[in-house]
Amino acid sequence: MSNEWLILFFLVGAIFVGVVLIFSGIVAPKSTNPQKYDPYECGIPTEGVTWLQFNVGYYLFAILFLVFDVETVLVFPWAVVMKEVGMAAFIEIVIFFFILGLGLLYAWKKHALIWE
Amino acid sequence: MPFDIYNFTSFTQWIDSSLHNAMSPFWTALTEMVIIGVLVLMFYAVVGLFLVYAERKVCAFMQNRLGPNRVGPFGIFQTIADLVKLLFVELIPIKNADGFLFNLAPFIVIIAGFMAIAAIPFANGLHAIDMNIGVLYVIAVSSMGVIGVLLAGWSSNNKYSLIGAMRSGAQIISYELSVGLALITIVILAGSMQLSVIVEAQRDGWFIFKGHIPAFIAFIIFLISSTAETNRGPFDLAEAESELTAGYHTEYSGIKFAFFFLAEYMNMFIVASIAATIFLGGWMPFHVGPWVGFNHIMDFIPPFVWYIGKTFFVIFLMMWFKWTFPRLRIDQLLTLEWKYLLPINLVNVLIMAFLVLMGWHF
Repeated sequence: MSNEWLILFFLVGAIFVGVVLIFSGIVAPKSTNPQKYDPYECGIPTEGVTWLQFNVGYYLFAILFLVFDVETVLVFPWAVVMKEVGMAAFIEIVIFFFILGLGLLYAWKKHALIWE
Repeated sequence: MPFDIYNFTSFTQWIDSSLHNAMSPFWTALTEMVIIGVLVLMFYAVVGLFLVYAERKVCAFMQNRLGPNRVGPFGIFQTIADLVKLLFVELIPIKNADGFLFNLAPFIVIIAGFMAIAAIPFANGLHAIDMNIGVLYVIAVSSMGVIGVLLAGWSSNNKYSLIGAMRSGAQIISYELSVGLALITIVILAGSMQLSVIVEAQRDGWFIFKGHIPAFIAFIIFLISSTAETNRGPFDLAEAESELTAGYHTEYSGIKFAFFFLAEYMNMFIVASIAATIFLGGWMPFHVGPWVGFNHIMDFIPPFVWYIGKTFFVIFLMMWFKWTFPRLRIDQLLTLEWKYLLPINLVNVLIMAFLVLMGWHF
């Protein structure tokens, strides 16, 4: 089958979740109680706001991930044609990985890979 | 009806052509859509339910207890009973939660699983879509689930959920790099990203044996990082019960919670079947070069059984990890990925490229 059939899999997933949610919404019992709708915080009333700033460490790792993920996308086509192109492709990727490795080493030395 | 358990190609073509003879192209396409949709849905449900049961049984086995044994013989209907119960549990809308995103999150995690199934070759001639970028597609789609996890954690208006989701996000994106690079190692060897071609290239030996030590290292790295990518123990920081109650799905009740649970097990199935397809030969039987008699006996076992057997072997390994190792801290987790797996992986890819260049693989 051709790639357009992917939309079918998308639809099957969406319809499955939608139908089951609607069915559950119909059959499930409902009762109201003001305390029930509070977010769970080990049984005590919620303190303060939830949506606030979080550790900058996550952000650093996200940036590092972006660099390496773009690299992965570049390396996949290379891996497919590696056998045919031969030595030139190998030398190219050695240089590419060397530069990439320098980047990782830089992040390492700058303590970007240390949590907190 | 040309039904052959060793090669489904003629069977699927026979269904297609007989439908075409009976109906107009539009109705044929529609009928095929319905057939495939129902099959995929059934497969998804059966595998998901079975894996939940299997996990509980394996866990019980590891801890020297019985596990579920009341509902049906050996408790096999336990998960179905649980599911029916969850279906009748009230869906609680959380105060101040972002309602739209809160309801969107289960859709995303489930759809990601469904779309990943589309590319997996189950047996000879039994795959939904044979994409020429199969490997890239599967890792791209299966990591789409992280968006659902992040949305779930963010929209719940719960501090535990938010922490769990952020941890999960950092963990999944980090380990995705290792998954990608471990697969690249094998793509170099196979010279193709099409999953059916990769399986076919393993006719005379699985890649884990063909690729010498680099392929084996890649397999180990893939196992570790795919365990982390599916948020399973020892990497289950996102839902560390002892510190975060239930992590990103703390606020989800009833069937919405069941969707996250189902998606987690489906993700496990998907990564295990990718491991089986790429490293362990997919539906190819196990052959030992000169042993003709042995090879014939192995050929006698249907490809689908081989595929399921290998997949469940990998799943069992992952369950074994979960019930053996203690949970890591987040700094240990990120150190493992960025300071060990990633550099090892980069060097491993180069070694594999060199081996292929020199023709030193089998």
